[in-house]
Amino acid sequence: MDFFHTIIALLESTIRVSVPLIFAALAGLFTERAGVFDIGLEGKMLGAAFAAGAVAAVTGSVFAGLLAAILISVLLSLVHGYASITQRGSQIVSGVAINFVVAGSTVILGEAWFRQGGRTPALSGDARFQTWNLPFADAVKDVPIFGPIYSNLLSGHFLLTYLAFALVPISWWILYRTRFGLRLRAVGENPGAVDTAGISVIWLRYRAVICCGILCGFAGAYLSLAMSAGFVKGMTAGKGYIALAALIFAKWRPLNIMLACLIFGFLDALAIRLQGNPLPLIGQVPVQLMQALPYILTVILLAGFIGKAIPPKAGGIPYVKER
Amino acid sequence: MSNPYAKLPNWAEYGLIPLVNLVVAFLVAGLVVLLVGENPLKAAYHMVNGAFGRGEYIGFTLYYATTFIFTGLSVAVAFHAGLFNIGSEGQAYIGGIGVALACLWLDRTMPWFLVFPLAIIGSAAFGALWAFLPGWLQAKRGSHIVITTIMFNFIASSLMVYLLTRVLKPLGSMAPQTRTFEAGGQLPKLDWLLSIFGLDIGNAPFNISFLLALLAAFGVWVLIWRTRFGYEMRTMGHSPSAARYAGISETRITIIVMMISGGLAGMMALNPIMGEQFRMQLDFVQGAGFVGIAVALMGRSHPAGIIPAAILFGMLYQGGAEIAFEMPAISRDMIVIIQGLVILFAGALENMFRPAIGRAFASFGQRSAAAAQTKGA
Repeated sequence: MDFFHTIIALLESTIRVSVPLIFAALAGLFTERAGVFDIGLEGKMLGAAFAAGAVAAVTGSVFAGLLAAILISVLLSLVHGYASITQRGSQIVSGVAINFVVAGSTVILGEAWFRQGGRTPALSGDARFQTWNLPFADAVKDVPIFGPIYSNLLSGHFLLTYLAFALVPISWWILYRTRFGLRLRAVGENPGAVDTAGISVIWLRYRAVICCGILCGFAGAYLSLAMSAGFVKGMTAGKGYIALAALIFAKWRPLNIMLACLIFGFLDALAIRLQGNPLPLIGQVPVQLMQALPYILTVILLAGFIGKAIPPKAGGIPYVKER
Repeated sequence: MSNPYAKLPNWAEYGLIPLVNLVVAFLVAGLVVLLVGENPLKAAYHMVNGAFGRGEYIGFTLYYATTFIFTGLSVAVAFHAGLFNIGSEGQAYIGGIGVALACLWLDRTMPWFLVFPLAIIGSAAFGALWAFLPGWLQAKRGSHIVITTIMFNFIASSLMVYLLTRVLKPLGSMAPQTRTFEAGGQLPKLDWLLSIFGLDIGNAPFNISFLLALLAAFGVWVLIWRTRFGYEMRTMGHSPSAARYAGISETRITIIVMMISGGLAGMMALNPIMGEQFRMQLDFVQGAGFVGIAVALMGRSHPAGIIPAAILFGMLYQGGAEIAFEMPAISRDMIVIIQGLVILFAGALENMFRPAIGRAFASFGQRSAAAAQTKGA
């Protein structure tokens, strides 16, 4: 029974740490499917987390914070879009630049506005997302097996957590079952054909980039308004890159993204739990190895040793209309 | 690469456009200073004064510049072959192991001038090794070099935490770092070089690896513009299909270029480890690998451009520390913003001002042609 509770606790923290990864990886899904690579996920998430923390602290409203997060993240996306779609600059260079600008600005502005070492003030009450209990969560708590699963694992999460998981099928539906999604995927594979059909490649890609901004906004807001009570400098700590790894690991497919994020989240949760504790059968595993595992797995996958990850064909290439 | 824009004279292409991009980057950075509620002009004054105001400051500026020359060259070499090596950070980190091993092994028995060559070889070899894998994976297995090098940065940093907390840390010590090197692991300062100009470098760790950096820059110039291999890699960078048609082996070039790039990044570790701290600490690279991207973009991937660009970033680092000291509202993270803006304007948006400048040149050219005509009549 004790073992069972450990598993439940482990899975619960898996869900908690997976949520920002799911949002960010879905964000990457939209742009990359439209042919715009985005390694600026990290920066957008960080910028959104800061905006959310700062605005929620000043206004005391969690939804104002969420709105600010989305706004900032979309703005950053538009910068990326302007550089890589309109100016046809290198998408990768632009993504790197955004990560830098945001990493520096959040510290400087945070320190200047709040003077708490780059943090925003601690949030409480209406300025922070509250957890939600599903119906009857308390009533069934003591039912064996089912009780803990329902009331600890499935219930008691944030609104954004449920939204993240709901967005997985929604993204699938948008990408595979709507006209917009079909065109969006086409523009990532063969923009020339889409252009010939009389559809604007540029406008489609901009819309994809905006979708990415909105989702990164949710990811950032989750970090500073739900997972922690406020913004701490550098709080994304490489999650944007893990999300990128998850996106590749999932071979640019929505349902796989959820699974990949859960696996990476599980590794993270396990690494925290295992710190100093030996694993049965294997013995002591260095925490660093566990932390590096998502990256190592992605490298192995990219090398085609476990399946092949084929990115959208037109990814990374600016579209130049033929004359 | 096809260039849809009108050809500009060389000085405009390599001087004016980077300068305009740089000025815009600084103007935007000035806006951030305004948002913080400080005076950008005052910040600029403190930056320039902090970087060049005293012999010691110049020593620090050049110390940082040394690091950035190495990483800038590393990124630039890969650029020429059309590869975007975003992993200089990790390669420099791993290069540090080569330096540390040479020093830990020999510092007590040998003088620095015997340890130094071994440390150079060690750093270059470890850096090259760390870049070999992404290069090999790209060439043979078709993985995207950008993604693999990002992943390798993270793997390098995990590996380093492991090594420094478990393996290389002396017994009984708590800090995740190696022991301090004895005399054999310490590079001599270049105080005599600055004293020629009547400057005293004080405590600045400006050391002999600066000369190595200049030598490396010359070597890279020779490699890229004066050897057959350099020609082949530039061909591949311009047009992979043309290179394939000419019988150039993409696999060979990709792997070798990545190893050269990683080796240059690895040599960066000599400067902080043997030149300043005399031990290997966690996070000694401090983002220098990423600064290399900005330096290479600013310097148009040419050693003659990379050296001044590296000095510019050295100035930002040293001057930035001074701003943080004089104006507490602005921390050293200001540099990170400027760096990002330089990458944005000199890299991703490099063509933003080109049409306007091109048009200015065209109208100027027409006018002078018209003037010549009227004179002729």
